[in-house]
Amino acid sequence: MSQKDMVCIVCPMSCKVSFDINPDGSITKVEGHSCPRGENYVRKEMTNPTRMLTSTIKIEGAFYDRLPVITSADIPKSKIFDVMKEINNTVVKAPVKLKDVLIENVCGLGVNIIASRSMKAVEDK
Amino acid sequence: MRTYDLVVIGGGSAGLASALSAYEQGIRDILILERDKELGGILQQCIHNGFGLIEFKEELAGPAYAERFIDLIENNGIQYKLNAMVTHMSNDKVIEYVTPSEGYVTIKAKAIILAMGCRERTRGAIAIPGYRPAGIWSAGTAQRYLNMEGYIVGKRVFILGSGDIGLIMARRMILEGAEVLGVAEIMPYSNGLPRNIKQCLIDFDIPLFLSHTITRIEGLDRVTQVEVSQVDENFRAIKGTEKYFDVDTVLFSVGLIPENALSEEADVEIHPRTRGPIVNESYQTSVDGIFACGNVLHVHDLVDFVSLEGRKAGIAAARYLKDELKPGDTFDCIAKDGIGYIVPHKVNVENVEKSLECMFRVTKNVKNVALTIKKDGEVLRTVKKRHLAPAEMEKVILSKADLLGCKESISIEITEV
Amino acid sequence: MYDFLIIGAGISGAMIARDLSKFRCSIALVEKDNDVANEATSANSAIIHSGHDPKEGTLKAKLNVRGNELYEDLCKELKVDFERNGAFVVAVAEDELPQLEFLYKQALSRNIPAKIISGQEAHAKEPNLSDSVIAALDLPSTGIVSPWEVAIAAVEDACNNGVELFLGNKVVSIEKKTDHFVVKTTKGEFLSRFVINAAGVYADDIYNLVSDKKLFTITPRRGEYYVLDKQTTPFVDRTIFPIPSEKGKGVLVAKTIHHNVILGPNSEVIEDKEGKDNTQEALDYIRRETFKTLKNIPFNQVIRTYTGLRPTGSTHDFVIEEASDVEHFINVAAIESPGLASAPAISEYVLNEIISKKFELVPKDSRIERRPWIIINRMNYEEKHALVQKDPAFAQMICRCEHISEGEIVDIIHRNAGAQTVKAVKRRVRPGAGRCQGGFCEPKVVAILARELKKSPLDILLDSDDSKLLVGKTKE
Repeated sequence: MSQKDMVCIVCPMSCKVSFDINPDGSITKVEGHSCPRGENYVRKEMTNPTRMLTSTIKIEGAFYDRLPVITSADIPKSKIFDVMKEINNTVVKAPVKLKDVLIENVCGLGVNIIASRSMKAVEDK
Repeated sequence: MRTYDLVVIGGGSAGLASALSAYEQGIRDILILERDKELGGILQQCIHNGFGLIEFKEELAGPAYAERFIDLIENNGIQYKLNAMVTHMSNDKVIEYVTPSEGYVTIKAKAIILAMGCRERTRGAIAIPGYRPAGIWSAGTAQRYLNMEGYIVGKRVFILGSGDIGLIMARRMILEGAEVLGVAEIMPYSNGLPRNIKQCLIDFDIPLFLSHTITRIEGLDRVTQVEVSQVDENFRAIKGTEKYFDVDTVLFSVGLIPENALSEEADVEIHPRTRGPIVNESYQTSVDGIFACGNVLHVHDLVDFVSLEGRKAGIAAARYLKDELKPGDTFDCIAKDGIGYIVPHKVNVENVEKSLECMFRVTKNVKNVALTIKKDGEVLRTVKKRHLAPAEMEKVILSKADLLGCKESISIEITEV
Repeated sequence: MYDFLIIGAGISGAMIARDLSKFRCSIALVEKDNDVANEATSANSAIIHSGHDPKEGTLKAKLNVRGNELYEDLCKELKVDFERNGAFVVAVAEDELPQLEFLYKQALSRNIPAKIISGQEAHAKEPNLSDSVIAALDLPSTGIVSPWEVAIAAVEDACNNGVELFLGNKVVSIEKKTDHFVVKTTKGEFLSRFVINAAGVYADDIYNLVSDKKLFTITPRRGEYYVLDKQTTPFVDRTIFPIPSEKGKGVLVAKTIHHNVILGPNSEVIEDKEGKDNTQEALDYIRRETFKTLKNIPFNQVIRTYTGLRPTGSTHDFVIEEASDVEHFINVAAIESPGLASAPAISEYVLNEIISKKFELVPKDSRIERRPWIIINRMNYEEKHALVQKDPAFAQMICRCEHISEGEIVDIIHRNAGAQTVKAVKRRVRPGAGRCQGGFCEPKVVAILARELKKSPLDILLDSDDSKLLVGKTKE
């Protein structure tokens, strides 16, 4: 068993949460958090940490040539660079609407890459 | 000369929210002047998420947050001009702006809302020694290149300043294929949100050097190396603590400064601490009919608060235009021990409807303290706080009943529990 | 074959090129950097000294006094700004008064307007003078210019009148033939009857490409400065000097022609001719020194620091002569302070005292006048409106600090001696010279340069060939 501290990042309170990790991987004695989200965060972070990913994607025919994008849900932290690779290899065409799905089921994660904004088509940049 | 009821200078988060709320209050003759080629301001380059938790009860990327406001502006038919830079403004509310479509135009406004935002403190302003080659940018400039124009400014990067823009740019540079060798922060604590430290630095094993600064930049043509040193309690470099990083790029995220050149031109009184206008409970500046909100007033860390403030300024400007703002005596809001500043700076209680939100920042990180609020020197209330940090804007809400009868001042200070 | 080849497009080379362009001859102006005025000319105190200070009997004394006389008309011809805002040399202790008196007498002996005024009078005119100032030498003929604007305008004017400018040409060898020189650069080969060496800190190295003699050596003497933000009422109106010392005129505080304020320089002899870095020690020293002559200095208004290298000669005077061992090779070397103030007189001296004795200078019948820079910010409504009617780019604002339009930037790219780099654009029309230091306008300037020069933004340079700004496109 080992004791560990972690700063909860769910809200700006930044609670320092301490907990025990047991040999079987289970987590007990979670302390220091001021709301239930702190405990949930710690458990998830220790078992399957996930993150939202934001980046840009190539777009053709718009007045910028990059479009900001975001994952539709959080993805495993370990998959961030795989997802980036797929985003980088994709080109979309204007017009795009906010929340349009640009890559479906990215890297087979069951999560989509969606547009963070609308971008109109322009004839001449 | 065309006269508008309300001219909003700046089409970013503060300007859009203020224009919308003025519209909701029945003001129709509104013009927003935006210098960029689209509305949204700096949100358009803040492609990370985390915006909107208060405003929309969901986490949005910056451009999505902006788009919601832009759609409302469009749907309500509120007039705006793009590529429109205001070049002059006077205290009788005459505004000169310029756009390629109209040329140089002079207009008059019955009321003005200042929403020009802020600019970044530069390497030059903090006089970091060394050479001045290519490869030195403020973090926001690199962010625009990266997120909007699609250019990478460097391959091996060091960042000075652990404000949120610096942290977020560290992650963005890594995701786009650069290496980030470290972030130095002159203070003994980071000015960024803990979640950004975790998700932008720790997740990518980027070291954060607290109480460190860059003491030299090398490179005749392009940056080749930075020298980073530990600093003492007076922020002077300690000899012998130098570390060297071979990088081609240095990003500076060393503070934001409200952009008030125009305000000063119109004789708007500027607060030495916030470097934004001095405003009253109605967000009105020292010049009659000129209001201010958002980062031009004081630098915020959450866009949601900017929108809230914009909305309040919009409502106040509408009341001004309807002649509903009452003249009268004001008292001061005074920042005492441990408090850097309070916005608003002055209050005419007559114009407070139900309650007054006092926004403020503390001057240092403290834990388990109390905020003592005094009215004319007498304790009005004490609020316990587990944690206060300069990086996070705080607020206390005072009811109209709290404020009634105040003659001189409301003050806030940090006291022991 | 050129008649004259000038090495170095700093203020000296620029003035000589322009003056020679008034006569029938062919001239090449060869510069190692990607812009003119890129070294000491861009990093000095920007003051047109009255001439009170240099040691009696020196070329410095003679040419400074003459240069000051010439400047106002020169700037009118070039259509650049000149302001005769005056200077005070201030004494802060009784024991400095004899020195003040000495400078006063020296000024009078050179017919320079001067008078000694009391501390009280000085404070009335410059309220931010330190309380310890007890007397001042008032030198009303002292002026200010933008040194690089003078040099750029001079080169542009020279090129309008036939001078050929070759940027990015570093001289690597000079060979003396019977009646001409072969000058090889990193980009080509030039033949010329005369060579004029105006190569700044490298003037000794250039001379030694053609001679083994050590007539003089040049040691870089570093001077660092702070720049304060523009203000409606600058912190000082005149240039404020302390009492001079062995090292020079001391740490001054001066209003610039653009109404910023500069504070500096220190004086440090170094070895590295590229040592244009700032050091903490020097910046701290400047702070301490300026507080001796001034109070309430708004150091919170600092927007930039810079460093210049003065080409200090081993002879302690300007070296302006035909090399004694190489006929038709003219050294214009060791042009340290007051080099800027002396520049028009240096050029006059080179033509009258050296060149005219070896080459018949026949005036041209006519000249093309230089068109002034377009400065929207100074125009009235009708002028601006007329310009926008012709080209809406003059209403597309690029720089929010200094209100510079796209049209102004495009104009200075396409002139003679036009801007090729981001720094060159800044030098001519000032985007990036304001408080945001290019934070907002740089991406726009890069895009304009790329479009106008028909290059990829990836190839746009800050300054030197190895100073590309952007390293790549994302996702590619």
